[in-house]
Amino acid sequence: MYPFALERPRDLNAALALRAQAGRNDAPVEYIAGGTDMVQLLQENVRRPEKLVSLAGLLDDRIEVGPQGLRLGAAATMAEVAAHAEVVERFPIIAQALLNSASPQVRNQATMGGNLLQRTRCPYFRDVGYVSCNKRVPGSGCSAIGGENRWNAVLGTSENCIAVNPSDLAVALVALDAVVEVGGPGGDRSIPLADFHRLPGDTPHMETVLEAGEVITAITVPADAAGLRSHYLKVRDRASFEFAVVSAAVALDMDGSGIRRARIALGGVGTKPWRVPQVETAMAGASLEPARLRQAAALAAEGAQGQGHNDFKIELMQRAIVRAVEIAGART
Amino acid sequence: MNIAVIGQPISRVDGRAKVTGRATYAAEFSAPGQAHGVIVRSTVPKGRIGSIDSTKAEATPGVIAVLTHLNAPKLPYRPHKGFTDPDIGERLHVLQDDRINHQGQPIGLVIAETLEQAVHAANLVDVTYAAEPAIVDVGRVDPVRPTMQKTDQGERRSPETRRGDAQDALAAAEVRIDRTYVIPRENHNPIEMHATIAAWNGDQLTLWDKSQWVSNVAEEIASVFGIPAENVQVISPFVGGAFGSGLRTWPHVTLAALGAQVAGRPVKVMLSRREMYYGTGYRPHTVQRVALGAARDGRLTATIQDAYQETSAYEEYSEALTNATRFLHSCPNVYTRHRIAPMNVHTPTYMRAPGEVSNIFALESAMDELAAALEMDPVELRLRNEPERDEFKNLPFSSRSTRECYRAAAERFGWSRRTPEPGSMRDDRLLIGWGMATATYPMNFAPAAAMARLLPDGTAEVMSAASDMGPGTWTSMTQVAADALGLPMERVKFTLGDSRFPKTPPHGGSMTMASVGSAVQAACLKVRDEALARGGANDLAEAMQRVGQPLEASANVKPGGAGKRFSMHAFGAVFAEVAVDPDLGETRVRRIVGAYGAGRIVNPKTTRSQCIGGMIGGIGMALMEHAVVDPRNGRVPNGNLAEYAVPVHADAPPVMDVILVEEEDPHVNPLGVKGVGEIAMVGVAPAITNAIYHATGKRIRELPVTPDKLL
Repeated sequence: MYPFALERPRDLNAALALRAQAGRNDAPVEYIAGGTDMVQLLQENVRRPEKLVSLAGLLDDRIEVGPQGLRLGAAATMAEVAAHAEVVERFPIIAQALLNSASPQVRNQATMGGNLLQRTRCPYFRDVGYVSCNKRVPGSGCSAIGGENRWNAVLGTSENCIAVNPSDLAVALVALDAVVEVGGPGGDRSIPLADFHRLPGDTPHMETVLEAGEVITAITVPADAAGLRSHYLKVRDRASFEFAVVSAAVALDMDGSGIRRARIALGGVGTKPWRVPQVETAMAGASLEPARLRQAAALAAEGAQGQGHNDFKIELMQRAIVRAVEIAGART
Repeated sequence: MNIAVIGQPISRVDGRAKVTGRATYAAEFSAPGQAHGVIVRSTVPKGRIGSIDSTKAEATPGVIAVLTHLNAPKLPYRPHKGFTDPDIGERLHVLQDDRINHQGQPIGLVIAETLEQAVHAANLVDVTYAAEPAIVDVGRVDPVRPTMQKTDQGERRSPETRRGDAQDALAAAEVRIDRTYVIPRENHNPIEMHATIAAWNGDQLTLWDKSQWVSNVAEEIASVFGIPAENVQVISPFVGGAFGSGLRTWPHVTLAALGAQVAGRPVKVMLSRREMYYGTGYRPHTVQRVALGAARDGRLTATIQDAYQETSAYEEYSEALTNATRFLHSCPNVYTRHRIAPMNVHTPTYMRAPGEVSNIFALESAMDELAAALEMDPVELRLRNEPERDEFKNLPFSSRSTRECYRAAAERFGWSRRTPEPGSMRDDRLLIGWGMATATYPMNFAPAAAMARLLPDGTAEVMSAASDMGPGTWTSMTQVAADALGLPMERVKFTLGDSRFPKTPPHGGSMTMASVGSAVQAACLKVRDEALARGGANDLAEAMQRVGQPLEASANVKPGGAGKRFSMHAFGAVFAEVAVDPDLGETRVRRIVGAYGAGRIVNPKTTRSQCIGGMIGGIGMALMEHAVVDPRNGRVPNGNLAEYAVPVHADAPPVMDVILVEEEDPHVNPLGVKGVGEIAMVGVAPAITNAIYHATGKRIRELPVTPDKLL
């Protein structure tokens, strides 16, 4: 860990002003909220801010369900959201994704905003003993390509980066068309979650579209995503406390025994939370007949590229979609 | 007063201290004026340090000293080999020259006032390397014959053994299995990280250390610094898990002592989780070919095991990878060969059931494959090959309860309801599989000593330089002492973990109860006899009142000649049920039943706990544990607890049944115990993978069985 100064501004404007002095990513000034990821990155020397601006007490932590849908204050913890009665009743897939994440201790501490901004688990990003990581040191190369890449992405990759976005929550939220509310020196704005994370391309160190100093203030989920039949399926090597090998978030609007509309997103396979509209289109109007689901799920593999150890994810993610749709469709 | 305390399920005497945070672990000690040391480690696997510049580090606030090979005092490094050190090769010398022998090798030590200052300054040490081509890909090393093989009992034996003609017998066999099994490198990952605090007082050194063998830490560090061993006191009362990682004295202990010497004040060095992957050993990657030949009736006619394991280029670590194959099942023609693959890595070491757990995974997987080829029940196959004596040593077993273990575990498990066809048992979408394996581990008994002191108030103090990494040594030794003295447990205070106490063998190899227990018993019997004689009474309390002053007795025990007359091992049988999701490849263990014949059980409660721990360790080995070694540079990219998966609570099956079969063995040692620490893990992984085969029809011969392997 490198030394840093911890700033505890009195209000959000003061926090924004402190952060606005700095650039976009891995700048010398960083925010810290729950800190569950930031502290690991500090300890491992992956991030070396000179100043940490604490957001504790400065952000909304309310959870509200109303006619407009769901609004999650950025400071609401994973545990609070997962246990919120109306979330559990109307947006169960969010609670499910959260309860499949991390451990109770981490969920008590980690926030909604921080969850969307957590950095990849790509081991080459997190081990500074590796010189090459374009995400950590732009232009230094990618150690994952040509290395052990079972953990890495098959969708949205570039020749510069194959790191997976690790969030479970974001996978469920992107399936529900969630929107990220952002505050910043230049005012407030709303960004659809689907557009919030960037593909790595030539700039894998830039992970989101946030501008300098901007902070997530809330996440909203539209009302039409409420009450859907849904399932969050997470495949992993052990039963708990592990990031996804592959995950699938599915929310179905059913018409009798047929699918009127499916919303499907994947985790563990994409460089960002990965929505699969082509699969959704193919499933619209379909029955839950396994062969039909399988055919539609196969479209998820469009553009997928394995790196050897992670080739299996291309098959596994299709199976995960089928299983999640079957489970969601069987719910009443 | 005769209270039967041996055999009782006594709760841990140190349990309350542990759960209330009053048990002090190595890093929690604090020596007055202590500074903090942080190790700088190499990021190349082989070569020389081109330059090392500590100017920036030295200039940062709080830094007391930065030690590198350029300025570190030259240490004597006198010859020393503890039992747990490899016989061939020489331990890593720290900061003595510019050579890099492995990735993550210590190349510097930063000492500062605070931990944060030391951590920061360590980042500022600039190093350049003259890297050399390194051998770090175990898949590309040609294994070679080791100089010798050291068994757990310390016997040295040829790495190649023959009985009959296995090649010919295999060629002629009616049924044959010939397969290769791979276990990747695994790390101990104890919850408590290794830490050492070193404090010099003149030429006297005190070390608070996480260790499974305090007397050897004293001897090793004394040899490194060229001082008498009695000048070094090592204190290690509690160990937060170790699984073998605390058996050797690793370089960080030397660095703490060296740092304290240079700084002129106590220094604490605690390893991070990532450092553990480069600093305290690991279970070596193994590749094992096992070929079995059998007659149609299931009787084995040929057994071949050709196995190799990784080791470092500077030490020949060699474990008991082929031992059990020679005697576990009856077979007239047996060939075993053990080889090593030296690489530019740090030296592997003992990890729970070293050798046997890997050996048995391969052997018992092959036995299951043979049972499938013969269309024979796996238990029946083993019963048909149950030997009457140790056919390798040509000695009778001192006791062997395999038949009773198979019977008891199978009955508890409900094995008779198993349908043999793979994929024939289901629970809705899930495929259910039932598998089993045999377990064995040698009875190890090594010289040990203890001291017992009776006080006039009728209480007793007993001490021995033993360790308790979790099995319950504090408790079980108190039981043994209370039993021998004829005192209630609350009147006996047993203490361990101090090198000033009477010497013991390493706290490993399941030998603590056999060795230390026998010494404690002997010392207690001796002092009791003396008290009764001198006090002239039949009652100990009365006698001590009359004696009116403390009485002490020490005892040394060592194995007699039983090892020449008997083959001595614990045996067991493990049965497992798994549920496999055939679409998603996830395997979860639902039940494990283990039956063990391990001689006398001193404390069934802590024993059961140990066995459950072994089962969970076996689940990790079978399904998730894998230290990935980067074939490009020898780093372990998943060197943390998020990407190196060990079982969590949710992976522990609701049913873990431990059966301790009655077994009286008068030959093994005075207490009649065999130990369960290692055998508890043996056989678990193959029982699980055999169950996976039964569930899916897929035979996964390379651990761990992660979802991708079952798609």
